[in-house]
Amino acid sequence: MLEKALKGSPRYWGTLIALGLVVALGLGFWLYQLTFGMKITGLNRDVSWGFYIAQFTYLVGVAASAVMLVLPYYFHHYKEFSKMIILGEFLAIAAVVMCLGFIVVDIGQPQRMLNVLLNATPNSVLFWDMVVLNGYLFLNIIVGWTSLQYFKNDMTPPKWVKILAIVSVIWAFSIHTVTAFLYAGLPGRHYFLTAIMAARFLASAFCSGPAILLLLTLCLRRLTGFDPGQKAINRLAVIITYAMCVNIFFFLLEVFTSFYSNMPGHIAPFKYLFTGIDGHNMMVPFMWTAVVLGLGCLLFLIPTPIRQNTTALTIGLVMLVIASWIDKGLGLLIGGFTPNPFETVTVYSPTVPEIMISLMVFALGGIVLTVLWKIAIEVRCEVEGGNLSMVPPPAAE
Amino acid sequence: MKSNRREFLKLAAVSAMGIGAARLGFLGDAPAFAEGVPTVANFEEGLKAKHWGMAIHTAKMTPDMIAKCRKACHTEHNVPDIAGPKEIKWFWGANYEETFPTEHGHYLSEEVEHRQFPLLCNQCEAPMCVKVCPTQATFQRPDGIVMMDFHRCIGCRYCMAGCPFGARSFNFQDPRPFIKSFNPHFPTRMRGVVEKCNFCAERLAVGKLPVCVEAAEGALVFGDLSDEQSDIRKALREHFAIRRKPDAGTSPSVYYIL
Repeated sequence: MLEKALKGSPRYWGTLIALGLVVALGLGFWLYQLTFGMKITGLNRDVSWGFYIAQFTYLVGVAASAVMLVLPYYFHHYKEFSKMIILGEFLAIAAVVMCLGFIVVDIGQPQRMLNVLLNATPNSVLFWDMVVLNGYLFLNIIVGWTSLQYFKNDMTPPKWVKILAIVSVIWAFSIHTVTAFLYAGLPGRHYFLTAIMAARFLASAFCSGPAILLLLTLCLRRLTGFDPGQKAINRLAVIITYAMCVNIFFFLLEVFTSFYSNMPGHIAPFKYLFTGIDGHNMMVPFMWTAVVLGLGCLLFLIPTPIRQNTTALTIGLVMLVIASWIDKGLGLLIGGFTPNPFETVTVYSPTVPEIMISLMVFALGGIVLTVLWKIAIEVRCEVEGGNLSMVPPPAAE
Repeated sequence: MKSNRREFLKLAAVSAMGIGAARLGFLGDAPAFAEGVPTVANFEEGLKAKHWGMAIHTAKMTPDMIAKCRKACHTEHNVPDIAGPKEIKWFWGANYEETFPTEHGHYLSEEVEHRQFPLLCNQCEAPMCVKVCPTQATFQRPDGIVMMDFHRCIGCRYCMAGCPFGARSFNFQDPRPFIKSFNPHFPTRMRGVVEKCNFCAERLAVGKLPVCVEAAEGALVFGDLSDEQSDIRKALREHFAIRRKPDAGTSPSVYYIL
């Protein structure tokens, strides 16, 4: 099936070349970082994790795009998702590839990376995160690729694929839980130290991952005519809406616990993020944007008639993605490290090279996604005899 | 391989010609430094304990004394002198609020409140940095000292997130150009690895006390916390001492006598 990625329209190649150029540009900055060290980032002694690890954390959530389709499809036999499921699995692959990329660019001695395997340390959550992420990557590659192959040959996938798909659902919960445990077990980092962290990660993943998937699918429908079916779109939008409500609810639980208990350590990060401390208020506009967009997107998503309007749905999803990205891709990490262990504020903001290197990783994920989706669409197209909208021709009825 | 052999042969030839071997680049000033290299006899005198700890007479630790100890420590361990938020420090001073952020009463003894307090790695009994390290580059010795293997560290900085005391520093750049006076008896680090105070494990091994303790003229008491007769236990029996952030659960081995 790989050959399907080698033939394409100028638009397809244009996309790949554009993404490739971004990778090349970012690669230059990465070489710069490899040569001079991480002093080119905005990271410092007190905020020792920043933009890279935050993107990693957010993208672990995006990998949930698959599970919200696989679970209803395999556990509840919700067949409407059958056309979309492969897109979810392939997006999960691209997301995990980006996760691994962000880890590689974040560590100070990447050539020693395999020490994590050579000196495997089960009491480190990072070790387990490596295990679950790579496991999830392989599960999605195997399940996605094999089912596509069987679909191409017009055969029912073998039973073991179904078993692996079911395993991947349970596995998906582990990637969010273990990634949350990276943070939730640290004493003295009050913004991280919360039992609900894993639950928050699941809720945020289950809204943001499928939201990005749905946006990309709507985009795909416009560009190629591939239609996953209005029913599938509507159902996924409902799932996203519920997950976002739970996500906001969980965040409010944190706010209650911190402020009602009046524990200074727990209040401090909220203060830093939402009002600023000692005049350091760089995060304030971002966090309030997230609040407005996060609540605002519900106005588009909760009322069924509005949600079923494609334009309104798109606006709502874009708002949701931005809000959840600010919450997890900026606020979580920066709030966790500020104030620092001395209860003072050390300001962190990502530098241009840091953002360029991040763009490189995103573009790399974009290439993986473009190629995989191209294959999926071509196979679909071939099987359906060029009828991408997949509306069964009248004769077949 | 090939070029290595060629290099070696070249060097051998140069040496054979008798051109001042001591001045060859790769030998550097080695002969001059050979003097202080510990011998087997030194290692036989190594200090041993079940649980190393430190008690700090904070009243005696004036800002000048802290600066003196800091200089001694940073010189001994080739700690680079880098300014700004990417700095590297093993031993430093901080005010009361920074040292004990959970203990801020409104009305404190003015004298205590205005003291400077020395900060260093707490050499915790239950160190979070060791627990989170994915490669065991940070490890705990049976005598309680929490140490770093600079060659195994992958620079993931999880330990820095795990440490509730901000005791760890990351080499954001090559530290070597920032080392003011080079001590050949302790390794320098490369960029991309984490480092911190090691309670002078390399000195204890040859029977010497930590260099800060030596410099502090009695203000820092170092000894075996598990030995009731030790000086440190005596100091802790006689004076009221607190530890930083005991609620973090890591059980520091550094005590502050107020």
